[in-house]
Amino acid sequence: MKKVFEKIISGIITCSGFLTSVVILLIVVFLFSEGLGLFSQKTIEEGYTLVVNKSNPVEELNAKQIKEVFDEDVTNWEEVGGKPEPIMVFRFEDMQKYFSEEELGPNYENATACINSLVEKNPGIVAFVPEEFAGGDGFCGKRLKDHTISAGEVFGGNEWFPTATPAAQFGFMPLILGTVWVTVFAILFALPFGLSVAIYMSEVSSARMRAILKPVIELLNGIPSVVYGFFGLIVVVPLLQDVFGLPVGESGLAGAIVLAIMALPTIITVSQDAMQNCPRSQREASLALGASKWQTIYKVVMPYSISGITSAVVLGIGRAFGETMAVLMVTGNAAVIPLSITDPLRTIPATIAAELGEAPAGGPHYQSLFLLGVVLFFITLIINSSVEYISSKNK
Amino acid sequence: MSKIEAQHVDFHYGSFHALKDINMSIKEHEVVAFIGPSGCGKSTFLRLFNRMNDLIPDTRLDGQITIDGQNIYDRSVNVDELRKNVGMVFQRPNPFPKSIYENVAYGLRVNGIKDEAFIAEMVEESLRGAALWDEVKDKLKKSAYALSGGQQQRLCIARAMAVSPSVLLMDEPASALDPISTAKVEELIHEIKKDYTIIIVTHNMQQATRVSDKTAFFYLGQLIEYDNTNKIFTNPSKEETQNYITGRFG
Amino acid sequence: MDNKNISVNNHARKMLAQNVAFTTFRILSGVIVTILFIILAFIIIKGASVLNWDFITTPPTDGMKGGGIWPAIVGTFYLMVGSALFAFPLGIMSGIYMNEYASHGKIVKFIRMMTNNLAGIPSIVFGLFGMSLFVNFFGFGDSILAGSLTLGLLALPLVIRTTEEALKAIPNSFREGSLALGATKLQTIWHVILPMGMPNIITGLILALGRVSGETAPILFTCAAYFLPQLPESVFDQCMALPYHLYVLATSGTDMDKQIPIAYGTALVLVIIILFVNLLANALRNYFQNKLKTN
Repeated sequence: MKKVFEKIISGIITCSGFLTSVVILLIVVFLFSEGLGLFSQKTIEEGYTLVVNKSNPVEELNAKQIKEVFDEDVTNWEEVGGKPEPIMVFRFEDMQKYFSEEELGPNYENATACINSLVEKNPGIVAFVPEEFAGGDGFCGKRLKDHTISAGEVFGGNEWFPTATPAAQFGFMPLILGTVWVTVFAILFALPFGLSVAIYMSEVSSARMRAILKPVIELLNGIPSVVYGFFGLIVVVPLLQDVFGLPVGESGLAGAIVLAIMALPTIITVSQDAMQNCPRSQREASLALGASKWQTIYKVVMPYSISGITSAVVLGIGRAFGETMAVLMVTGNAAVIPLSITDPLRTIPATIAAELGEAPAGGPHYQSLFLLGVVLFFITLIINSSVEYISSKNK
Repeated sequence: MSKIEAQHVDFHYGSFHALKDINMSIKEHEVVAFIGPSGCGKSTFLRLFNRMNDLIPDTRLDGQITIDGQNIYDRSVNVDELRKNVGMVFQRPNPFPKSIYENVAYGLRVNGIKDEAFIAEMVEESLRGAALWDEVKDKLKKSAYALSGGQQQRLCIARAMAVSPSVLLMDEPASALDPISTAKVEELIHEIKKDYTIIIVTHNMQQATRVSDKTAFFYLGQLIEYDNTNKIFTNPSKEETQNYITGRFG
Repeated sequence: MDNKNISVNNHARKMLAQNVAFTTFRILSGVIVTILFIILAFIIIKGASVLNWDFITTPPTDGMKGGGIWPAIVGTFYLMVGSALFAFPLGIMSGIYMNEYASHGKIVKFIRMMTNNLAGIPSIVFGLFGMSLFVNFFGFGDSILAGSLTLGLLALPLVIRTTEEALKAIPNSFREGSLALGATKLQTIWHVILPMGMPNIITGLILALGRVSGETAPILFTCAAYFLPQLPESVFDQCMALPYHLYVLATSGTDMDKQIPIAYGTALVLVIIILFVNLLANALRNYFQNKLKTN
C-alpha cells in the first residue's frame, strides 16, 4: 500500500518536472494554430469582392495596391499594370450617391443591376461591393481575382493597418522595426549606466554602500511595468516635449528612456554577480604586479566576467524587447516605420495589447496579432537561448 | 645593512590580534622560510611586505616595516610601485586567462611600458629565468590554462620576475603541486636567489631545509624563533620549535 | 634616476586614469540612484496625498472620477491567491523533480533550459496564450480562473528556480543520513529536505507573489474588467485589478484632472505591495539565517 502510494507521488512529481516543457509546447501550438490562420485569409474583406470593367486588362491587385488605389494614392490604371485610364473608386457605401432609393429598391433588390450599369458605364471603375451583388444575368463587370495573404506581404510589408477596407494591411515591418528601434536605444542608454553602477557596487563602493544599493535595485526590479509607464507618461513625456520641442512627447525616445530604467536592475545585478565571481586570486595576482585597482578591473576582472556581462546585456535586451505596458503608455503607438527616435512608434507587444481587445475573434486581425505573438515568442526564445549559450560556454 | 626590517609589528583583523610584536631583519639575497601551524600568522606577515593586506577591510597595523630603508607604510609610498619592487607568487597558480606571453607581459604593460621589443625581450628573459622557456617557446600565444599546474606556477614566478622586483614573496608556492613540479620550483628558487631576496611561506619543513638560508617559526601570532635554517632544524633554542619540528618529522 | 622618473610619471598616469574612471562611475551611479529615488519619491509623495482609509475601502464612483479602489485591491488579491494555488504546488514539485528525482544531468539541463525560456517569454505572450487556452479553448471566459491560471504560468519558472536552488543548497549528507535510517526517498524529501529548504522556498514564493501582483499584460484579455460595481462572486466572474486599473486611469477616460490623483494613489498601493513583499522576503531571509546560525 505504502509502496503504491510512493510510486504514485513519484509519478506526479516526475510529470510536474516536465510541466514547463509542456507549457512551452502548448504556447507554440496555440499561438501557431491561431496565428497561421492568417495565411488562409483573403486579402479582401470576407464576403466582398472587387469588380472592374470587362475591358480592363488588370486581373489582380495585391493588398498594397488595393490600399493605394482606394486611398487614391494611385489614380491611374497604368500604375498597377493596366491601360492608361484614370481610376474611379467606388465603395458600396457610395450607392446612395449614385442611385436614388427607388432605383435601388427598398431592400436593395436592384443593387446588382445598378452596380452592373455603373461598371458598364465607367471603364476605369473599381467597385468594392458584396459578392452577392456582383454577378447575375448580363454581368458586364469582371471580378478581380482574390488571393490569400502571403507571408511576404506580412513579414515584408511596411504598412500596418489591420482595419483598412477593402484590404487590411498586415505588414509587420513597422512594428518589428519599432520594437528593435526602442530596444536598441534603451540598451544604449542603459549600458553605460548599468555597467558603471555594477562596477561601482562590485569594485569601488564600500560594503555599507553596497548594502544600501542592493535592496534598492531589487525593489526597482520588482516595481510593476505599468507604474514605470505611468511615471513615464506623467513625467518623462512632458519633459521630452518641452526639451526637444516635440509636437507630441509620446515617442520612441520616451519609450527608450523608460525601458532603459526598467532594464537597469537586470543589467546591474547580473553583471555585478559576474564581476564578484572573479576570484580573489586573479585580482591579487594583478595588484601584486603593481597594477592599479582600475587596471585590475578593466584588464582582469572585466575580461574574466565578460560572458556574465554579455548575458546581462542580452537579458536586458530581452526584457526591453518584450516589455508591454510601459511602452504602450509612452511611445505614442503610431504604426509607421520610425525615421527618428523622437517620432512616435509602436512595438509588437504594445500592438497586441492595444488591439487584441477590439479584434473580432477568429478574424484576420485577431490572427495577425497571434502571429505577432509567434514572432515575439521566437525572438525572445532566440535571445534566451543565446544567454544559455553564452553562460554555458563559460563553464 | 639589511634589505628588509620589521620592527614591533602588530596586526589586527578587526578585534583579532593576528601578529604580536614581531621583529625581523632580512639580508639581501637571503632566502627566508616562514614555518608554523595553520593560522599562526605567517601568511599574514608575508602579505604585509607588499601591502596585500590593505585589500582586507577593517585591519590595523602598528610598528614599522622598511625595505631598503624606506618605510613602506609611509604615506608617500606608492603602493603599486612597492608591489612592482616586491613580487608575489601565490599558493595556487593563478595565471590570467590570457596567452602565456600576455601573462608575463602583463606587469610591464600595467606599469606603462609600451616598447614591444623590450617587452618581448623581458618575456623571454623571465621565462628563461623561471626555467620555462624551452617548454613554452613554441606556444607563447597559447592560453596559459593549457599548461600543467607546475608549469603554471613557474609561469606565475616568471610573471613576477618580469617587472624586475628585488624581493619575491612566495606563499606556499608548491602546496598545490605534485612532487616533480615541487622539485622544479625548489630548484628554481635555488637558481634565482642570487638576484632576489626571497621569503617563502611553507608547510613543508623538508622544503624549508632544502631551499632556505634562514627559517622563522611562528606560533599563535608570535615569532618564536628566527635563526639559520640549520640551527632551527638541528638545535632549536626554544621548546615550541622543537615540539613543532619533531612532531612533524616524527 | 631616469628609471625613477619614468616610474613616478607612470604612477601619476595610472592614478589619474583611475581617478577619472572611478569618478565617472561614482557620478553615473549617483545619477541612476537619484533617478530611482525620484521615481519612488514621486509616486510616494503624490500618492500619499490621496491615500486614506476611504480610498482603500470604497469602490470607484462617478465614472472613475471619484471614490476609491477597493474592488481592484480585492481583485488583485484574488488573482494572487489563485495563481499561488496553481503555481506553488506544481512549481515546488517540479523543482523537487529536478533536484531529487531526475537522474540524468541532460534531463535536468533540458528542463532548466525550458524553465529559463519560459521565464524569458514576454508577459503579453502569456496573455495571448491564456486567452486562447483558458478563455476560449477551455471556455472559462474572461474570469478570475483564467487570469489566475495565466498569471500562475508566469510565476511557475520563478517558483521552480527558487525551489531547485533551495534544495541544491542542502548538503547530501542529510539525504544519506535519512536514507540510511531506512526512510524512503519520499519520506526523506517530506520530512528532511523540504523542511530544510522551506525558508528559502518561502522567500522565493513571496517574491513571485509580488511579481504576480503587478502584471498587467497577462490579465488584459483573460480577466481584467474596466469597471465592476460589485465584487466578484465566483471564480468565473471577471474582476478589477490594481495594475490594469492604473493603466486605465492613466490612459483613457474623460476627466484626466480628476483621474490622475486616483492613478497616483493606485500606483502607490502597488509600490507599497512590492515594498512590503521585498521587506518581508528580506526579513524572512535574515530571520531564517540567524535561526540557522543559533541552532
